[in-house]
Amino acid sequence: MADLRVVVVGAGPAGIRAAQTFVEAGLRPIVIDEGNASGGQIYRRQPAQFRRSYETLYGFEAKTAKAIHDTFDRLVGQVDYRPETLAWNIYDGAVHTMRDGVAHKIPFDALVLATGATDRLLPIKGWTLPGCYSMGAAQIALKAQACAIGRQVVFLGTGPLLYLVSYQYAKAGADVAAVLDTSALSGQIHALGLMTSRPGLLAKGLYYRAQLLARGVPVHNGVTPVEIEGTDQVEAVRFRTRSGAERRVACDAVGMGFHLRSETQLADLARCAFVFDEDLAQWRPETDSDGRASVKGIYLAGDGARVLGADAAEKSGRLAALAALQDLGLPVAVRRMDVLRREQQRMEQFRRGLARAFPWPAELARAVADDVLVCRCEAITAGELRSTATLKGAPELNRAKALSRVGMGRCQGRYCGSAAAEILADVRGERVEAVGRLRGQAPVKPLPLSAVRGAAS
Amino acid sequence: MPARFVRVAEQDRRPIEIEIDGVRHTALEGDTLLVAVLTHAERLRQSEFSDGSRAGFCLMGACQDCWMWTADGQRIRACTATVAPGMSVLTNPPSEDIWPISA
Repeated sequence: MADLRVVVVGAGPAGIRAAQTFVEAGLRPIVIDEGNASGGQIYRRQPAQFRRSYETLYGFEAKTAKAIHDTFDRLVGQVDYRPETLAWNIYDGAVHTMRDGVAHKIPFDALVLATGATDRLLPIKGWTLPGCYSMGAAQIALKAQACAIGRQVVFLGTGPLLYLVSYQYAKAGADVAAVLDTSALSGQIHALGLMTSRPGLLAKGLYYRAQLLARGVPVHNGVTPVEIEGTDQVEAVRFRTRSGAERRVACDAVGMGFHLRSETQLADLARCAFVFDEDLAQWRPETDSDGRASVKGIYLAGDGARVLGADAAEKSGRLAALAALQDLGLPVAVRRMDVLRREQQRMEQFRRGLARAFPWPAELARAVADDVLVCRCEAITAGELRSTATLKGAPELNRAKALSRVGMGRCQGRYCGSAAAEILADVRGERVEAVGRLRGQAPVKPLPLSAVRGAAS
Repeated sequence: MPARFVRVAEQDRRPIEIEIDGVRHTALEGDTLLVAVLTHAERLRQSEFSDGSRAGFCLMGACQDCWMWTADGQRIRACTATVAPGMSVLTNPPSEDIWPISA
């Protein structure tokens, strides 16, 4: 048994619980994580020199954050932990990694991918100006570096993070100039029924909103963003209110995001099958109820499998590891798996509520004007992307990428891909799933050539 | 040049001297390079595609929009690099003729 090779990619809540489950079964998992400390994005740790308390950093989630950190700290010596290590490819039953320019090939019997999520973005005129950041970035600046992204900040987009991050900024003493939610309040009220499956989480969401209003922060629902204004940096946000009136809010920074998208490139490189998720309007790797992917020996957990949030990530991490143990022929508590599956069902219901409360505004992406940059990496406009279909007949996203380079830059489509699919589908008069999805390409992030050369030899 | 980021806490850390485009600045121990630069300046780099300057975007190593450079042409991802005493960075690649970049 000791020579079974189990590997976990990601040291956020899902990866940590998966690693713990392997250790409890007597195995010594390899844990690969790009971060310099465990915790993932949600429970990201501040550097050692910082002194803020768990309560200050994580609010309602202080106890959970501490439990996650303590769990992983206790696993030291029982796991082969590889921080600051990029997993950049998977093929022939091995994960290919790089740390400090040195490549490694790690063969596995079972692999849990707990790769998390990034912000889902759509282009708005001016979104490449200095001062405009993703919602996650705004939170990381505050949580991990005790900085606000500007003096007067507008938060724009939709999703639970919109209210959480705005509240965290207001609480830290930053000037939140406005919170602009593209989702209508009526949709959020209708979705409340579905979200009562997790009353605690629902209450927190309502609390953040109430706190913002109590502090006099203007909160607008059902907005249409028009432009992030500025000549060489952010100066204001223009938007239309629900009733169609145009407004302008002066600011020097914008945090924007439209909920999250799963990081799925590694699952794709491992040749896992994908399905289109109607609720989230995004593709995700296909899994069974325990996290088994379509490829034998590969398991998916946490937001990298489907965006369900941190609590669900912990459960899915455990469940995926148990499924792996079961498939490796090791004894597992079947009843424990049943309990975890039932809890996942409850999370699933809440997720459907969230998707209804904060829908992906596909129509905004489809309406992006021709002169707006879709690709931040290489400054390619929506018009250039549209021309791949209108002038060159691109039938799907990868062809459009080859012709326009949208999705080919160094972010590998993470920040343009969601909108690019909508824009292409719109110009072709098709549903978004009909234009497919950007294929994952190795390396999933830029690498020095010398590292790849080392891996090949 | 005014700063972009505003420190809201944790300001009693040990100061560290770094150089940005040859000018000495004081950062704090534990700062990422991105924070060390943007608490002194409004931007990090120029887009290679002539569409203006940039100041990072995702801060989690995903977008690669915060690349800075060392004098010998090495690339540094500012959001995931931690500052060290004596660190010296450039907001633009030192010269066009160093391509391809050594590892």
